Amino acid sequence: MVIERLPHLYGTKGWLVIAAFLALVCVLMPALYLAVPEDSPFHVPAWLITLLGKIMCYALVALAMDLVWGYTGILSLGHGLFFALGGYALGMYLMRMIGREGESGSELPDFMVFLDWKELPWYWAGTDQFWYCALLIVLAPGLLALVFGYFAFRSRIKGVYFSIITQALTFAAMLLFFRNDTGFGGNNGFTDFKRILGFSLADPATKATLFIASGVTLILALLLCRYIVTSKLGRVLTAIRDTESRVRFCGYNPLPYKLFAWTLSAMLCGIAGALYVPQVGIINPSEMSPANSIEIAIWTAVGGRGTLVGPIIGAALVNGAKSWFTVAFPEYWLYFLGLLFILVTLFLPQGVMGLAQRLRSKCNT
Amino acid sequence: MRHLCRLCRYCLAALFAIWLGSAHALDATALQNLATGDNDARIAAIEALVAAGDVAALPVIQALQDGALQATPAGQLLLVTETGVTDAVTNQLLANVPADATRITINNRVRRALDAALAAFKLFSPDSAKRLEAAQQLSEGDPVLLPLVQKALTSEKDPAVRTALELAQSGMALQSDDSKQRLAAVQSLANSAQEVTKTRLLKLLEKDGAGEFTEPDAKVRAAATKAIAAIEQRLKIAEYAGHVFTGISLGSILLLAALGLAIVYGLMGVINMAHGELLMIGAYATYVVQNLFKTHLPQYLDLYLIAAVPVAFSVAALVGMALERGVIRHLYGRPLETLLATWGISLILIQLMRTVFGAQNVEVANPSWMTGGVTVLGSLVLPYNRIVIIVFAMLVLCLVWLAFTRTRLGLHIRAVTQNRAMADCMGIPTGRTDMLAFGLGAGVAGLGGCALSQIGNVGPELGQGYIVDSFMVVVLGGVGQIAGTVYAALGLGVMNKFLEPYWGAVLAKIMLLVFIILFIQKRPQGLFAAKGRAVEG
Repeated sequence: MVIERLPHLYGTKGWLVIAAFLALVCVLMPALYLAVPEDSPFHVPAWLITLLGKIMCYALVALAMDLVWGYTGILSLGHGLFFALGGYALGMYLMRMIGREGESGSELPDFMVFLDWKELPWYWAGTDQFWYCALLIVLAPGLLALVFGYFAFRSRIKGVYFSIITQALTFAAMLLFFRNDTGFGGNNGFTDFKRILGFSLADPATKATLFIASGVTLILALLLCRYIVTSKLGRVLTAIRDTESRVRFCGYNPLPYKLFAWTLSAMLCGIAGALYVPQVGIINPSEMSPANSIEIAIWTAVGGRGTLVGPIIGAALVNGAKSWFTVAFPEYWLYFLGLLFILVTLFLPQGVMGLAQRLRSKCNT
Repeated sequence: MRHLCRLCRYCLAALFAIWLGSAHALDATALQNLATGDNDARIAAIEALVAAGDVAALPVIQALQDGALQATPAGQLLLVTETGVTDAVTNQLLANVPADATRITINNRVRRALDAALAAFKLFSPDSAKRLEAAQQLSEGDPVLLPLVQKALTSEKDPAVRTALELAQSGMALQSDDSKQRLAAVQSLANSAQEVTKTRLLKLLEKDGAGEFTEPDAKVRAAATKAIAAIEQRLKIAEYAGHVFTGISLGSILLLAALGLAIVYGLMGVINMAHGELLMIGAYATYVVQNLFKTHLPQYLDLYLIAAVPVAFSVAALVGMALERGVIRHLYGRPLETLLATWGISLILIQLMRTVFGAQNVEVANPSWMTGGVTVLGSLVLPYNRIVIIVFAMLVLCLVWLAFTRTRLGLHIRAVTQNRAMADCMGIPTGRTDMLAFGLGAGVAGLGGCALSQIGNVGPELGQGYIVDSFMVVVLGGVGQIAGTVYAALGLGVMNKFLEPYWGAVLAKIMLLVFIILFIQKRPQGLFAAKGRAVEG
């Protein structure tokens, strides 16, 4: 059934684009980065690989956001929390892998030594095993989303109300993680990582591998989301977005549908966070700030809600612009971002994808 | 004992000098001792000068502490300052420092005596704040200064200073040799409500190394135990009263921050993420008014706040109306898009403030009539600025309520809220009503910012700190209900302050957020839901 439908997810053109993207990410870029000598004009520098890898992680978050906002009509202002939880789960594994090479020379992570802790808190038990951390990456955000979503959707909190509550949730979590006593490294979070699965993080080959992993995960997630939204389940989700009460009158209980989309979206965010941390080399509570989470919504809106591909493009556009602006005109970035929020909502409700569609139909007539 | 005798002699001599009415006739023997005596003699001399209570001795003592006092072997005392050399006794200006003069060096014991003496002299300062400070410093003081305190008490009028002086007096009497005096001191200390007094009384009940009580008289000890119990109870009451007060204070701040939001979100259904920035604009308007007063009307600087209130309201209201006309009007009925667009506006406003006023916090000073506080229940200080804000919040609340119930605009707003189409049919200009309602909400936010500028930092991020809190207040209070907002703000404020001592500020805040999330499980419409069977949109 799954295999049967897989080829029909996209048309020939779509598959070609995906193949081209995969070839670019898995073969061309790593080859230009690793094999081409540094003085050659075709050499891809390390910072670009890191930046693009980071943007692909963001794109994954935007994709997850599209699943809940674009298709189910739930605007979350707390997706940064799930992203950070995934990042913290892998971050702890990376902290444990530093071993005795840290500043304190102890088995414990440095920040715990500075706090004068003698042993690992119980909730970090087992984090020296990669498989366990990999489970945590999806389970921690997933469980939180499941419990929170169950209570919120059950009492039919929706629309703006839900958005505000998710914002409060990530705000509360940020305050919690900022405390040193919580055991998440306080202000500084986790940083100074050395190696992952025994490979040094400073090694170009490791960087290229993480880059490829991000690209492949992004494409897999895109196909998964596409699979979901084109299924019957996806149709119910879209119906819930359009008129939830009518769906209920038709005999469907929206709760499990919304809960499924919401939890899956949180898990995807966790994975994105876990891919993000080893590439950027730091995770701290500021990732959970309400401002970060609301920025995710604008990536999705810029690309075009309810298109899946759009948010990926949106995340790339906004973050590309951000890294250019913050270097070229740092004081104007917030003006630009603010204008983007206003102009996109006022004039481009369908985002870049909608604009492209409009232009295409205009050319045809 | 020898010292005491000498002290009495000095006292008599000094009293005599005061009685003669000569300001400069300082006790010559004491000054002589300062010049040539050993350290013991110097301490006695300082105490004598203090006990005399003659302010003319102050420059000499100050000079001794600053190391500006020199002496010749012949006993001449010289004040060496930047302006010249004066003889301390005769107050005559000298041409130059005599060759055999040396600086008087002092050790720590003398320095302690000097500190006490300087503090004691402040008891007679014309400034009541200085007198209060001096009296508080003396509360642990040496019993030698007791006559001085008693003397100050006879002339003191300020009740706060009197209380502090009485406290100092009984503190000194506690160290007396006479057990009756000690008992009386303990009994008078029992009426105080200060932590210091408690620790001082606790000392009486301690045992020394040999297992003996430091206080030999059992009667005094029993009285001390009773006194401690009484003080502890008073302290507890003061603590709870303090929690309630700071809670109400926080609640009124939350109310000012959330009231505008309750109008805009509660009545119009518009999520305004730029609400925090309207608070910030109000605060910056206050700052600008303050600076204008500083440069143009420095003599009326204390009144700037009164002028700032209408300015903050109008500026924020104008910005709010401009936003409504420019952006939000096009997004009615699309709440999620409104949320994002207003977030964009808030980013632009923050950056605009950074460009205009700089990224650093700006300084907004309290007017002098708002500094200080009133002390109640002995140890609880209620700062004036907090009291003013509580009163201000009430006033704003009353005005908003009057605007809604007693004015034509309020009538229009309520009509449009209940049924937009029908209101339109009745000839109510709904567009203009929207704009004015938004302006009203924004103006109230500006008033909130004006109040916030008096108790916190004013910077571009001012509003960001309040946005989550004010949304929580509105969500908890229920949509469309001003009363709900009031209860929610005060309730959250008081709860927060009662939780803080047990869990710390951060955990208390998290607990409250969790509580709100759980609460709206039970009552999704908030505390006060609008009654009726509204069809969901």
